[in-house]
Amino acid sequence: MRFAAIWLAVLGLFWGFSALAKPLLPWAFDWPKAMVLPAARWISAFTKWLLNEASFGLFTFQELTRGVSAVIEVPYRAATGVLSEGAFGLPPLSWLAVVVLVALLGHRAGGLRLALLSGLCFLFIAVFGQWTSAMVTLASILIAVPIGVAGGMSLGLAAYRWPGFARAITPVLDLMQTIPVFAYLVPVLILFGFGPVAAIIATVIYAMPPMTRITQLALQRVPGELRDLGNMVGCSRRQMTWRVMVPSAKAGLMVGVNQVIMLSLNMVIIASMIGAGGLGFDVLAALRRLDFGAGLEAGFAIVALAIALDRISQALAYERVVRHGYLWGALGTLGIAGLLAVLMPGVQSYPESWQLSTGTFWGQVVAWININYFDTLEAVKNALLINVLIPVKRFLIALPWAGVALFLGFVGWRLRDWRLGALVAGLTVLIAATGLWDKAMTTVYLCGISVVIAMLIGLPIGVMAAERASLWRWVRLAIDTLQTLPSFVYLMPAVMLFRVGDFTAMIAVVAYAVAPAIRYTALGLQGVDARLIEAGRAMGCTNWQILTRIKLRLALPEIMLGLNQTIMFALSMLVITALVGTRDLGQEVYIALTKADSGRGLVGGLAVAFIAIIADRLIGAAAARARARLGIAGDSHGG
Amino acid sequence: MKINQGFRLAISALALAAAMPALAQESSDPIKLTLHDWTGQLITTQLMGSVLQKAGYNVEYVQADYLAQFAGLESGDLHLAMEIWETTGREAMDAATGTGKVVNLGPTGMQAKEEWWYPSYMVEQCPGLPNWEALKEPACAEAFSTAETAPKGRYLGGPVTWGGFDEERIAALDLPFEVIHAGTDAALFAELESAVQRKAPVILWVYAPHWAPAKFEGDWVAFPEYTADCYNDASWGLNPNAAYDCGKPFGDIWKVGWAGMAEKWPKAEAAVKAFTIDNAEMGAMITEVDLNGASVDAVVADWMTKNEARWSGWIN
Repeated sequence: MRFAAIWLAVLGLFWGFSALAKPLLPWAFDWPKAMVLPAARWISAFTKWLLNEASFGLFTFQELTRGVSAVIEVPYRAATGVLSEGAFGLPPLSWLAVVVLVALLGHRAGGLRLALLSGLCFLFIAVFGQWTSAMVTLASILIAVPIGVAGGMSLGLAAYRWPGFARAITPVLDLMQTIPVFAYLVPVLILFGFGPVAAIIATVIYAMPPMTRITQLALQRVPGELRDLGNMVGCSRRQMTWRVMVPSAKAGLMVGVNQVIMLSLNMVIIASMIGAGGLGFDVLAALRRLDFGAGLEAGFAIVALAIALDRISQALAYERVVRHGYLWGALGTLGIAGLLAVLMPGVQSYPESWQLSTGTFWGQVVAWININYFDTLEAVKNALLINVLIPVKRFLIALPWAGVALFLGFVGWRLRDWRLGALVAGLTVLIAATGLWDKAMTTVYLCGISVVIAMLIGLPIGVMAAERASLWRWVRLAIDTLQTLPSFVYLMPAVMLFRVGDFTAMIAVVAYAVAPAIRYTALGLQGVDARLIEAGRAMGCTNWQILTRIKLRLALPEIMLGLNQTIMFALSMLVITALVGTRDLGQEVYIALTKADSGRGLVGGLAVAFIAIIADRLIGAAAARARARLGIAGDSHGG
Repeated sequence: MKINQGFRLAISALALAAAMPALAQESSDPIKLTLHDWTGQLITTQLMGSVLQKAGYNVEYVQADYLAQFAGLESGDLHLAMEIWETTGREAMDAATGTGKVVNLGPTGMQAKEEWWYPSYMVEQCPGLPNWEALKEPACAEAFSTAETAPKGRYLGGPVTWGGFDEERIAALDLPFEVIHAGTDAALFAELESAVQRKAPVILWVYAPHWAPAKFEGDWVAFPEYTADCYNDASWGLNPNAAYDCGKPFGDIWKVGWAGMAEKWPKAEAAVKAFTIDNAEMGAMITEVDLNGASVDAVVADWMTKNEARWSGWIN
């Protein structure tokens, strides 16, 4: 009772302060202009120094980064040579050869089913005429993913071994994952040169953090007995790592690999803006001429790549008894396909007359909906806007930063300790100090509402799919699609039906952020101990009681992690929402990009990161409390 | 972008055979031209690229963002951007040329036009159009309104990054309109397409050369004509107390290149400077690609055969 009373009192205070204090303490509402931190100027000056002057004596910082990009350039050129451009006077691999090779690899990894699935994914790309672009994209993914996995894993290993390093790196990972890519695009371009390599680097920065986190977590989860055993048989440190720890953490590590692949493919659009070309460029170009069919086809080619790569890499993680002869099969394929390609041009490059295209079909579908249902949609949209979105926005923007900082500080303190409270309150004050409070609140409003809707959709679907294996397969396919299909593909039709503005942005955010809401709910429920459910049933619980009293409670930590990831995903969509005209931090970052103002962009990006960190820490603390109350051991992870 | 490999090979082979002498002492490193995501720019760039190939240069196309590319042009990673619009790229271009590492290689000959635009069927509801004063009528403004802006009209402006001074223009001319910014070019034209399909009211920022004014019937609003004074001097024009009481400026579309070009490929730079094309030609090619479904390669090849005399003048 006392507990509830304290919360009520604090909420009341907060409300009273927000509603009444404006005339008395105007500075608590609008950060005084004179005191805005000139952080943008500092950061600009720093990047300028870093880019032009920073030197290690023998060579400058820029020469170092240029060296790094020259090193990455080598395998990249090799990959494009093999896949898309050809080299030494030889043509690139023919489409037939690649399809068969991928199917062989699928067979090696997961048998006939996987062979069919992965072969069909690549065939789909050829049939819809996306081959050349898809191979360009594939080449850069094939370079970015191993770098991301290796880099992420070594950071994770180091963090596991040295706790001090872990503490130092956690905030860096948060920043890497939450600062919108647009914010550091210009410095990356200057340091690494314009072109595919810079795009690969930006992709790695964005896609690597989950690998590091998951590595750390997976290593921590290795049972103590195994470690003891390793010590007993006298493993050296190196043997301990590579022979004991890494193999036993494999399942966890593969989740990381999956995330690196998904996130790398997610960057395809932005990478294409800085010279990576490929499918991302096709999507952008198609949508600029409002050719929805072409955009959708290129978009689904990205999805097909993602699914084939992901399923193969997942299957490779499981040990199977493998017959020999795959290498010979591969070499034979290369030989035969090479020979055929010389004889028949249709084998080398997929003949245009065999290509399918949806043509204007999708454009017509959108036009039909537009002509027949626009008024209905408009009515629904207006009702939502006027009754929900606008009031929430007004409410949040009117809040005083000082009150919010104190309130969040209190929440942090109650959930864990004064240190969390101080961190959260401090970050809130910093956001206000950059003078971006209004835009930050618009961001909170847009992402907040989207997260609520995504959870409302995601939870029931996750609950339903968790127990039905066949349904789960389809749901998984759907959420993988949502996660990798470039949002531009459905954003432009959404603009046609809902006009530019917050509502359209919300649709895009929800569509993307619903994936983790579903995924983690289902994973959590699937992980509930079957004995506990049996026990519940024996005690005569109804299905509803089993769900609400046992399963959902026990799955709470995973669901909280899902909430955390839903928020992270929503925030990472800010880059996209800026493109349909919202006035949030995403727009701030985008404006900075167009003015090549790296300081302003990074300040906006940091404000986004601070919001993400506040949400992450508070939810993490709440989840830890929930776990403690339920008496569940073990650790949950951010990823 | 599917560039016809065979066609390109053939061109390079021809070029090598025909024009080796031009290369005599110039670098054979590839000249990197940037491609953006709108058709007109793809055409302009590939025209220039084809001409340079004919002159014996090694040419490479790099896909790059319109604004992010300046970082690459400054460092010499990229060499040539064929379409920087006075109206949208001026600030970034000035910042880049200010460093001394990027140079303006002159106008392309095309004129960027941008202005408020409406589809023809709106004349029924606003009979005074295209004269801007028709927009002052409350009935007319209301015809353009939506639930969020009523009774004011809703004017769909370009992305905030394009600038354009529409808020100022509305205030200075006392128009009963509100500006809603689209976030991107694609969103802007998605709304236009949507409205035209339904014959619904819409008034928005359109620019040319672009496929939209070719595809849809409509007209530009005629504001008092732009002069530099109108933007700088409040006392100019109808409203003595405010600037921006006029239409938007026309402007050149510029060619911009890496400053090192002059030294590394002097003749190529001269050819780029000589390159010109006009709005009508470009408009016809954009229409051919975006509305009639021809490929950029085919349109470029066609232009090259028809205009041989012109482009051979640029490379000699």
